[in-house]
Amino acid sequence: MSRLTDANVALAREMIARYPRPKSALIPLLHLAQEQEGWVSDDAMAHLAELVGVTAAEVRGTCTFYEMFKLHPVGTYMVNVCTNISCQLLGGEELLHHAEEALGIRPGGTTEDGLFTLEDVECIAACTEAPCMQVNYRYGLRLSTDDFDQIIADLRAGRHPQGLVTANPGEPIPSHGTLGLTRQQTGESKMAGVLPPEQVNEAPVWLNANATEDAS
Amino acid sequence: MSTGEYVPHAPGYVDSPGTKMVTSRFGYEDSYTLERSLATGGYEGLKAALAQAPDACHGITRDATVLGRGGAGFPAGIKWGFCPAEVWPRYLVVNGDESEPGTYKDRLLMERDPHQLIEGCLIACYAIGLSQCFLYVRGEMAIAQQRLADALNEAYEAGYIGKNILGTDFSVDIILHWGAGAYIVGEETALIESLEGNRGMPRLKPPFFPAAVGLYGQPTIVNNVETLANLPWLMVNGADAYKEHGSETSPGTRMFAVSGHVKRPGVYEVEQGITTYEDLIYGDDYCQGIRDGHELKMFIPGGGSAPWLFPEHVSLPLEARPVGAAGTMLGSGAIVIMDDSTDAVKACLRVVRFFARESCGKCAPCREGTSWEEKILQRILDGNGRPEDIDLLLDVADNISPGPYPVASDESQGLEAVPFPPRQTTICPLGPSSVAPITSAIRRFRHEFDAKISGVPVEVGS
Repeated sequence: MSRLTDANVALAREMIARYPRPKSALIPLLHLAQEQEGWVSDDAMAHLAELVGVTAAEVRGTCTFYEMFKLHPVGTYMVNVCTNISCQLLGGEELLHHAEEALGIRPGGTTEDGLFTLEDVECIAACTEAPCMQVNYRYGLRLSTDDFDQIIADLRAGRHPQGLVTANPGEPIPSHGTLGLTRQQTGESKMAGVLPPEQVNEAPVWLNANATEDAS
Repeated sequence: MSTGEYVPHAPGYVDSPGTKMVTSRFGYEDSYTLERSLATGGYEGLKAALAQAPDACHGITRDATVLGRGGAGFPAGIKWGFCPAEVWPRYLVVNGDESEPGTYKDRLLMERDPHQLIEGCLIACYAIGLSQCFLYVRGEMAIAQQRLADALNEAYEAGYIGKNILGTDFSVDIILHWGAGAYIVGEETALIESLEGNRGMPRLKPPFFPAAVGLYGQPTIVNNVETLANLPWLMVNGADAYKEHGSETSPGTRMFAVSGHVKRPGVYEVEQGITTYEDLIYGDDYCQGIRDGHELKMFIPGGGSAPWLFPEHVSLPLEARPVGAAGTMLGSGAIVIMDDSTDAVKACLRVVRFFARESCGKCAPCREGTSWEEKILQRILDGNGRPEDIDLLLDVADNISPGPYPVASDESQGLEAVPFPPRQTTICPLGPSSVAPITSAIRRFRHEFDAKISGVPVEVGS
């Protein structure tokens, strides 16, 4: 079952309603599909095409541009080791080599038990805390090889890895596909209102009402 | 009060001395909550703005010369003024797709003080009549997305966003949007393409400014996270107070991330224009010098796209104009320090490889050229370089960025600086940026390239 679940369809419709044009929701919706399955399948892309009113090929066109979307199953945990310049200077490549040895896979590969996929990634914006990595987009900072081994051992054992930073202390590391653990929940009743651009032809009311005489 | 130390719950941030316009709440562990924000002056800037006419708020922003903090350094107040007068609706797109190598400050601002960013967005929307705001956060920043989602939910609930904000006729929605891994989407027209649900490829210019033709073809202001985060302080304190900090042409503070071979790498908020690279690299309040037993060899002064600077340039102030005249750019506020243990060819290759991997593929000189550059540098590093490789490398680079490329002066060789910016045969600056480390490294460390090339045991081919 690769189409979105009923619950996710409802969520998708809520997300689409926040944009003046439905296709704008596509990248968040692809994330939703990836959250459901851990990767993005052809069926999911076809379903998203129906929801936003474009062709499946257009969805695929967008999807394949972005590195975070995986078009085949990957591990429960995506281990992304940074080797860009700031990390390279402080041992990022050595950390990647250690990760290859420890997990027995090359970048792009997945461990046989399906738990870990390894990637060497570009700058992940924690440059002063080099060398660093992300596991399902949670940071591990200033990592020694021992730190790396401990994080992997914790995840294998189902323990909370102290070596990863989460939004709240002790928060679980979700499986691959889930990014933030909470969502924007703005329903239509709370919103100022979203209209397609062609239905708006005037300046917003506050701008006219409050303009001073010299508006230049 | 500044502690002068790392802040444990904001890894990387150092609470250095001086006025804090955007990081003032970082010391609080719960700085991201509405409760803490309100207890420390949160949304007072919005109230100050709503008490005035919208165009007065635009005027304050213009008078204060709030320079864009994303990289180009364009004054936000002027950019706002580029919206055509009678074309509606207008949109705000927040560029939180921070991914320039060495850069991070927007991530901290989103994770640590999401309400300050929301408040900045609201002020901008009020000032120039933007009817909807899209907060585009980099895909890999899961914690920032979560904090912003929570903050938006709280702020909607409390009546700071949505219909008739704080009982006024000002109504606007802020929508959290997030990307999926593509450096190029940080370029503002690519960001708009991505927000329309497309492949993130930059648009052909002109029009040069999305303020004229942007999202859905409508006037669209694209502002960086840190730029907008400045607005609450500005509205509370006014343009004159803002201009008391920093230099005359670069007022206010700015966040700099200093990484690499220093004793205390970190993110520091300092006054622009009057602080120098030397202050940041060697100052006791900042990075405290190069790690023991080593000396500075070179540094990247403004993100991976910036040509390199060298020890004799550290006295330059953190200000766009002099840094540009010196042959490089202040850029995204990312400073990468490399000491004498660094292999210039290896460092050059690593930065070039980034651009080769991130080229979107739209323009041939970049799509093909960056890969050529990477391959040539890789074989030089591997000891398989050919005698003609340096010339070949510079020739490929010249196809992406013709003519003299911006580079720092080199007194020992009697060479002058070539001022910023570079020329380009491409739609956006990504391809030309790949040339920065190449010209910088070859001009200064040609002997390192030569040594690797001459070590080739057998010359392959003719």
